[in-house]
Amino acid sequence: MENLKLKVEKLNFYYGAFHALKDITMPIYERKVTAIIGPSGCGKSTLLRCFNRMHDLYPGTRYEGAILLYPEGINIVGQGVEPLYIRLRIGMVFQKPNPFPKSIFENVAYGLRIKGITNSTELKDRVEKALKDAALWEEVKDRLKENAYSLSGGQQQRLCIARAIAVEPEVLLFDEPTSALDPISTARIEDLIVELKSKITIVIVTHNMQQAARISDFTAFMYLGELIEFGPTEKIFTNPEKKLTEDYISGRFG
Amino acid sequence: MKIEVKKKLDVIFKGFLLLTATASILVTVGIVVALVEDTIRFFTHPEGGGFPTSLIRFFTETEWTPTFISKKIGIWPLLCGTFLIAGIAMAISIPLGILIAVYLSEFASHRVREAVKPWLDFLEAVPTVVYGYFALLGVTPLLQWIFAKFGIEMHGMNALSPGIVLGVMILPFTASLVEDAMKGVPQYLREASYSLGATKLRTAFQVVIPAAKSGIIAAYLLGTSRAIGETMVVAVAAGMYPNLTLNPLEPVQTITGYIVQVALGDLPFLSFEYLSIFAAGFLLFVLTLFFNLLAVYLKSRVERY
Repeated sequence: MENLKLKVEKLNFYYGAFHALKDITMPIYERKVTAIIGPSGCGKSTLLRCFNRMHDLYPGTRYEGAILLYPEGINIVGQGVEPLYIRLRIGMVFQKPNPFPKSIFENVAYGLRIKGITNSTELKDRVEKALKDAALWEEVKDRLKENAYSLSGGQQQRLCIARAIAVEPEVLLFDEPTSALDPISTARIEDLIVELKSKITIVIVTHNMQQAARISDFTAFMYLGELIEFGPTEKIFTNPEKKLTEDYISGRFG
Repeated sequence: MKIEVKKKLDVIFKGFLLLTATASILVTVGIVVALVEDTIRFFTHPEGGGFPTSLIRFFTETEWTPTFISKKIGIWPLLCGTFLIAGIAMAISIPLGILIAVYLSEFASHRVREAVKPWLDFLEAVPTVVYGYFALLGVTPLLQWIFAKFGIEMHGMNALSPGIVLGVMILPFTASLVEDAMKGVPQYLREASYSLGATKLRTAFQVVIPAAKSGIIAAYLLGTSRAIGETMVVAVAAGMYPNLTLNPLEPVQTITGYIVQVALGDLPFLSFEYLSIFAAGFLLFVLTLFFNLLAVYLKSRVERY
């Protein structure tokens, strides 16, 4: 039986008066890849951004319900929970590669410095380890001082992954991480995600159903702000329970 | 109306618009020509020793006394006063401008920002002569009182007081340019920083400011250019003594201050003294043009994100 890492319970989310997420309840299992799929505007990215309280950056947003983070079972979206603390434990990789306009080394070291690591040997070791884990080390080890923008798009995205995993988060959120990349870079990122799940719980939003089928263990299908179906990926893709899921999977809409 | 007539009107109107656009360029060219012409007259004037002696004297002598009987035409005292005051102004304006821009662009809520910005614009609407008298009658006595406590005497005319006031005066200008530069930093860079658990303060200073670097430098170059060209504050509060000093407590004269002083006196047309303001003015023009072009270049440099 899988261990729970996150548990979404009756989550409702509002952008001002707009009710974007409706009564979502679903589990996220530890060291598994959970994919969230659905047509544009279904709320999949909105749900993902609840997990690290990214919505708090913008005024007029409101959460109701709970997202429990285990082992302690604290409510991520609860009153009095510090988003900064949550974000140290739950990292994120974005749709478009977004390295800082700094050196490759400084990009990866950024989160480590936030964690209070100032010892230069330790910084170097952990930057190297993160770059190795992100399968980027061999390509950049001789040019760590170069600006991150000298890298290709796919390399930049792996750098962003290295930056996120350097702080050793428990959960890593991916928001359509390959939508801006070519097929070869996409394949490398997908391999990387599968490798990372030995250590980290992964939640990935994707509009690419083949991608969800290839790399995820569980799949959630969302439509118009509601969770329609959640289950093992194989079951969702071969034998879904809901008609709507089947229609979407088979490409009848979306 | 026939379509041919309409088309003809279109062409005429287009020509008219082109003319108005060209007019501003022509005025600029006219100013430059006038400046250059009288500058050449100054450097070829026998009282300065003629060309090239006068040009050498301009850059090697350490006193500026073209209106005296014994004429010295070293530009350094005026340049020194100009940059001393501009330097003090920027020392005030750069840190405060960054802090204001960080607050407005990264911290303030929409409502606070809308409430604060008109006050910044209001600072800009105050006539500069008012700032001048504020420096002379407000800031200088205050500074004199403070310095007296430490046993330091400060002249009634000095560089420090107009420098500080000038720094505050150009603050709305620089702060809003810096804010624009920071607003131009794409949101996804901020999100990347926040997603790693960074605070607003860290995000502002470690990510947003470095990313907006060229725009911020351009803002301060334009600010410097304004400080160098500003006239009323320094004419009123800095003194009229071309002084080759870096001591901010002493009276100094800037290029603009000298031009005002001479222009107000009655000097014979095309006399050596009269021409000296064009030489000084031409140098001022070159300086501000240089800072402005540098700023334009930095601003236009495409940031890669």
